[in-house]
Amino acid sequence: MSIDVIDHLAGIAPGSALDELRRRRPRTREYAQRSYEALFGQARPDLLALAAFVATLHEQPAVARFYAERLDPGLAESIRAEAEAARTTGPYGAYREPELAAENVLGPVYQAAGPFGERMNAAFTHAHLLVLRPREASPEALEALAKAGWSTDEIVTVAQLVAFLAFQIRVISALRGLR
Amino acid sequence: MTAFTQDSLGWSPWLEPLAEEELTAAHLEALVDRARAASPYFRLLARDPGILHARTQTDLDVFYNADGGLPRAERELAATAVSRVNGCVFCASVHSRFATHHSKRHDDVQRLLDEGVEGPQEPRWRAIIDAAAALTATPPSFDPAPLREAGLDDLAIADLVHAAAFFNWANRLMLSLGEPS
Repeated sequence: MSIDVIDHLAGIAPGSALDELRRRRPRTREYAQRSYEALFGQARPDLLALAAFVATLHEQPAVARFYAERLDPGLAESIRAEAEAARTTGPYGAYREPELAAENVLGPVYQAAGPFGERMNAAFTHAHLLVLRPREASPEALEALAKAGWSTDEIVTVAQLVAFLAFQIRVISALRGLR
Repeated sequence: MTAFTQDSLGWSPWLEPLAEEELTAAHLEALVDRARAASPYFRLLARDPGILHARTQTDLDVFYNADGGLPRAERELAATAVSRVNGCVFCASVHSRFATHHSKRHDDVQRLLDEGVEGPQEPRWRAIIDAAAALTATPPSFDPAPLREAGLDDLAIADLVHAAAFFNWANRLMLSLGEPS
């Protein structure tokens, strides 16, 4: 785990202007990396699969390959195809606040039904909700994860993983734009 | 006619947080600030202490690091704009209050809440809000040119990027693990 994942995926070389810029905020740099290590340090295949799915939803093929490379290649390819088929632009959704109904933007409600098993399909369904229509998140969505075998602790981890990737991918994408 | 507000809101979890008396030394370390043990949000996130700790340290540096770069008011403005786009009423309430407190520009902040990211703003805030909104879209996009024209240097731009990216993290936790109360 010695490589800095954001540097690696944003193409930031040691000693470059962007490297120096990132080092002006050493704690931000360090804790972005430690967040990655907290989630992926044990290289759990279910969490890597979820990360590959989320990165493809964000149209970030290099990030998706980074997470998918520790998976079985056939599975990685199925996840890529599934996420590409489910991909759309966001955020959208209906507000839970009735006062904001005039701003509701309705869009696709994705339900994973691929060859990934009930547990992973539930995670992919939840990830799509969080990435693209987070304002439609609900207690029922959490119950669906629990029914598919995710413990309460693991549901918190799944939420953190999807949410962290929404951060990491945006930092990578913007730093590439600053290069 | 909007649910977006600078008033103080509560937040109720949809999953059971750890009880205060269940918190071990490892949990308390993950909370970073012990006072956060009173918050059901942080006690729920304490179910995965490793990522909570790293998340919290990231948050603190992105928003509180005062060594140059983007002024705090504008980091909070970016957080508010992201929360407005994603639809996180709770996050928007907290960070719009901070934006107003640090900028003393209550009406401009309120216009962002009332009219959304498209509402009129002066050029510098316009550039910051537009960049935060573009980065919040999925897939995200980013163009530093209008920010440079508005007078932001690279450190300020990097601070804006991190504040906006971080709220894409925070919004998804707040929106998906509970609701404003």
